[in-house]
Amino acid sequence: MEPLVSIRNLTVDFDLGRRVSRALRGVDLTIGRGEAVGLVGESGCGKSITWLGILGLLGGRAKVHGEAWLDGRNLVGAPVSELERVRGKRIALIFQDPSSSLNPVHRIGRQLTEALKLHRGLSGAEAKAEALRLLDRVGIPAARQRMNDYPHQLSGGMNQRVMIAMALAGEPDLLVADEPTTALDATIQAQILDLLREIREDSNMAMVLISHDLGVVAENTDRVAVMYAGRIVEQAPNNLLFERPRHPYTRGLLNALPDLEGPREPLTAIPGSVPEPWNHPAGCAFAPRCDHAHGACHSEIPSLARRDGHHLSACLRTEEMLGHMLDDVSDREPARSYA
Amino acid sequence: MIRFILSRGLRAVVTIFLVVTFAFIVLRLSGDPAMQILSVDAPPEAIAAFRNEWGLNQPIWQQFLDYLLNVLHGNFGDSMREGRPAMDIVLEHVGATLMITLPALALKIVIGIPAGIYAALHRNSLADRMTMMISVAGFTVPSFVLALVLVLIFSVHLGWLPSTGNATWKHAILPIVTLGTAGAAILARFTRSAMLEVLGQSYIRAASAKGLIWRQVVTGHALPNAAIPTVTIVGFMIGSLIAGAVVVESVFSWPGIGYLLISAVANRDLAIVQSILLLIALCMVCANLVVDLLYGWIDPRVRLRSAH
Repeated sequence: MEPLVSIRNLTVDFDLGRRVSRALRGVDLTIGRGEAVGLVGESGCGKSITWLGILGLLGGRAKVHGEAWLDGRNLVGAPVSELERVRGKRIALIFQDPSSSLNPVHRIGRQLTEALKLHRGLSGAEAKAEALRLLDRVGIPAARQRMNDYPHQLSGGMNQRVMIAMALAGEPDLLVADEPTTALDATIQAQILDLLREIREDSNMAMVLISHDLGVVAENTDRVAVMYAGRIVEQAPNNLLFERPRHPYTRGLLNALPDLEGPREPLTAIPGSVPEPWNHPAGCAFAPRCDHAHGACHSEIPSLARRDGHHLSACLRTEEMLGHMLDDVSDREPARSYA
Repeated sequence: MIRFILSRGLRAVVTIFLVVTFAFIVLRLSGDPAMQILSVDAPPEAIAAFRNEWGLNQPIWQQFLDYLLNVLHGNFGDSMREGRPAMDIVLEHVGATLMITLPALALKIVIGIPAGIYAALHRNSLADRMTMMISVAGFTVPSFVLALVLVLIFSVHLGWLPSTGNATWKHAILPIVTLGTAGAAILARFTRSAMLEVLGQSYIRAASAKGLIWRQVVTGHALPNAAIPTVTIVGFMIGSLIAGAVVVESVFSWPGIGYLLISAVANRDLAIVQSILLLIALCMVCANLVVDLLYGWIDPRVRLRSAH
C-alpha cells in the first residue's frame, strides 16, 4: 500500500522547567492511503501525543524530534505556516470530548463555514449550502435549524457529528480520531463508528483510530499498533494481532478482557503499573511487569522486529514465547538506549 | 427577555431602598447635625429651633417616612449648610468627577486590556513577567500613596504639573493618571487570567487543529470568550465612575462628588450625603443591569437560560 504518512523515530519531550519528561520514545509508524489503523494503549502511553506532536499542537513546552513524512516533506520541524496548511486540510483531528471541542459562543453554522472558507475558499451562500450538505452527510436531522444552534443545545453525539462534518470540510487524506466515542453512550458510539466507516468507504480517507477499547479497534480498523510507555510494542493486521498476539503486553491486554462465552472467571489484570516518564526502566519498559522477562530484558531496549509477514513485535523473547525459534532474526537490531 | 428585565429591575429597586434606608438611619444615629452646624456652644434655643426647622425632633420613623415620600416626589431635601436643594448641589459636582473618571476609565481599558492579552499570549516571557510585576505594584500601592508620589515627582521636583485644584486641563492629568494606573493594573491582571483560562480550553486546540492560523484562533475563538469575565470588571468600573474617586479627589482637592461627600459627612449635611449615596447606588445598579444584559449578548448560554 502506498504510504501516506511515515513516522520514524518520533520523540516528544516536555520541558517541565526543572526536568525534561520524555513522553514519546521513538515511534515508527506508517499509515497507507485509505488505510484504517488502530492505535491502542493505556492513557498516557503517547497515542494522542504522537499526532498532536506531528501537527505542532502541543504548545511551546514540547520538543518534537524525529521524522514524519507527508508527500516528501518532513512535518517535524516544518515552519508553522506549513503545518497550518496540513492541519484540517491533509490531516484532520477529532477529539474525545466533542462538546468542549466546539466553541460555546459561536453557532454551529459559523464554526462549520469557517472551516469551509479556510480549506475550500467558500463563502456566503455557497459555504452555507456546503455546510448543510456536510451536516446532512454526517446524519444530523433538520440541519438547517441546527446551523443556528449553539453547541450546548446539541447532545454529545450530535456535537461529535458536527466535529466530523468540520473535519470533512477540508477533504483530508487522513482523519485522526482521538477516542471519538469515549465520552458517548454505547448506542451513540456504534452510530458514530458506523458513520466513520461509511465516510471512509465513500472517500478513501485514511483513518487512525486512537482508543483504549480493543473491541472498538478490532471492528473498525485493518491494522493495529499497540503502544506502551511512549513506544509501539506490537503492530500487526487485526486478525493476526487479536488471534496470535506476540508481545506480552498485548497478551496481557487481551487476557484482561472478559470472555463472553464459557464460565465466568475473574479477569486477569497486568500486575504493576506504567512506569513514570522520569523513572523509566533502562531496558524494555514492560520488563518490570512481564512474567517472561529475563536478564537482557532489563538492559536492552527491544526494537520493533519483523518476524514474518506484517507482524512486528518489540520483544526480545518473542521466539521463546512463540515456542519455537525463527531463523530471520537478522533484522533485529538493538535500539539505542535513552537511559 | 421582558421578565428578565423586570426581575432585575425589581431587584435594583430593593437594592436602592436598602442603601437609602441604611444611610438614613446610620447618619441619624451617628451624631447631631445641629451641634455640628451651629457649633457646640450655640444657645439651646437656637439648637431647638434648628431641630424643629429640619424635623430632627420628630421620631426617626416619621422622619424616614417623610423623606421617602419626598424622594418619590423628586424632592431630595435641602442642604443644611447652603439651604438649597441637595441634589442640585450634588449634580453640580458630577461634571468635575466625570472629567477625571471618564478619561481614567478610557486609560484603564486602553492600557489594561491589551496589556493583559499580550501577557497571556506571551505567557512566562520577560514581557509577561514585567507586565504582571508592574500590575501587582499598580494595584497594591494605595491610590493616595501613588498620588503623593506623582505629586512629589511631577509637581515638586519637575514642576511640570500642578498638584491641586481644577483651574486648567493640566490639573486633571495627575488625578487621571492616579485613577487610571490602579484600574489598568487590575484590568490587565483580570484580562490575562481570563485569556489564559480560555487558551487552555479544548476548543482552542480544536480550532488550531482545524487549520486556523494562530491570529484567527486568538481573534475568533479566544477573545470573544475571554470578554465574558472581563465585561464584569469593566461594568464594575463604569458603576464606580461617580464614587470611585473619593480618595483621589481629596488628595488633589478636585471639587467632585468625592470631595463633596467627605465635607458633607464631616459637616453632617444629611441631605447631601443621602443624595450622593442614592446617586452612587443608582449608578452601580444601572451598571450591573447593563452588565447582565451584555452578558446575555456575549454568552449564548446565559441568553438561552434566561429565555426559558
